[in-house]
Amino acid sequence: MIASLSLILLCQLAGEAIVRGLNLPMPGPVLGLSFLLLLLLTRDRYVALRRGPLHNDAVESTGRGLLAHLSLLFIPAGVGVVQRLDLVVEHGVGILLTLAASVVVTLLVTVATFLAVSRLLARNQTTQ
Amino acid sequence: MNGNSSSLWVYLSQSPLLWLTVTLSVYAIADAVSLATHRHPLANPVLHSIWIIGGFLLITNTSYTTYFSGAQFVHFLLGPATVALAVPLYDNRKRVVAAIVPMLISLVAGSITAIVSVVLFARAFGLPQAVILSLAPKSVTAGVAMGISESLRGDASLTAVSVVLTGIMGAIIVTPLMNRIAITDFRARGFAVGIAAHGIGTARAFQVDEVAGVFSGIAMGLNALVTSLLVPLAVTLLLH
Repeated sequence: MIASLSLILLCQLAGEAIVRGLNLPMPGPVLGLSFLLLLLLTRDRYVALRRGPLHNDAVESTGRGLLAHLSLLFIPAGVGVVQRLDLVVEHGVGILLTLAASVVVTLLVTVATFLAVSRLLARNQTTQ
Repeated sequence: MNGNSSSLWVYLSQSPLLWLTVTLSVYAIADAVSLATHRHPLANPVLHSIWIIGGFLLITNTSYTTYFSGAQFVHFLLGPATVALAVPLYDNRKRVVAAIVPMLISLVAGSITAIVSVVLFARAFGLPQAVILSLAPKSVTAGVAMGISESLRGDASLTAVSVVLTGIMGAIIVTPLMNRIAITDFRARGFAVGIAAHGIGTARAFQVDEVAGVFSGIAMGLNALVTSLLVPLAVTLLLH
């Protein structure tokens, strides 16, 4: 468990260091995610890597444990927002309507594009 | 209040222990209610935990800094949890690789829509330009959104507020909306909520379906990248 957690933190640390060092426009943990994914995929190819946290589902089960209550992790930042609601109140209901309308439109456009493209690809594959 | 219990409160209310306990217990109750209602969208545990804790801080006259001294231990785990998204992604890699083309195209479409729609709606509602700049990056994780907002000389704390509100709205709306228009493809549903409502949307997606959660997590990560490239461009084109 500790070894698995260390591996996850190590991936995050590498991600943060590279993002800061190269001034990349992305969060460090997202780069860390790709490092962990890369490690898991490399392990499948090379038996020598199958040890410690990369063995017996160890890092996988720690990762699943961290994700089991993802909602909890947004609460501290969310509480900060409750204290700054004056910023929203100041600009009235227009700001809430703007955000809500934009969320609905974004959901619809994304889901429609995803489905349209995957149906188009499926049709092309069957006709070939 | 007598002297003893008053000094006990002064002691406890300044200690991280109390606020960590409050955060975990309020969430545990909100999550139990959410589970009891079969994950009803309106029983969203993030929404209910934050107003209950926020109200409690207000009543007890506790500063956010004091609260955060305890809550930071939970907040810290956001980074490692993001890294851990690699695990479900790895488990579902075949599904993900098979959907790479629809993902990339809807990423661009969704990311542009998120930015352009917020700018256009904000103008239609007559919001001032400084506010529009702060709202533009609202569909990505708070850290990235605040960075974008600062680089545009927006108000970073207004950005943080709109990011969280967007996430909660998206997490509540996604299930009824997708059911209403009869979308049964959980890859598409998850991807859409990840683009529109970042991590809070992703947490919701994992509650509903693991595949939806995986696609939402990918969408969130990719959108952070695309949005930071697109927002400055879109703002220049739409506002000047």
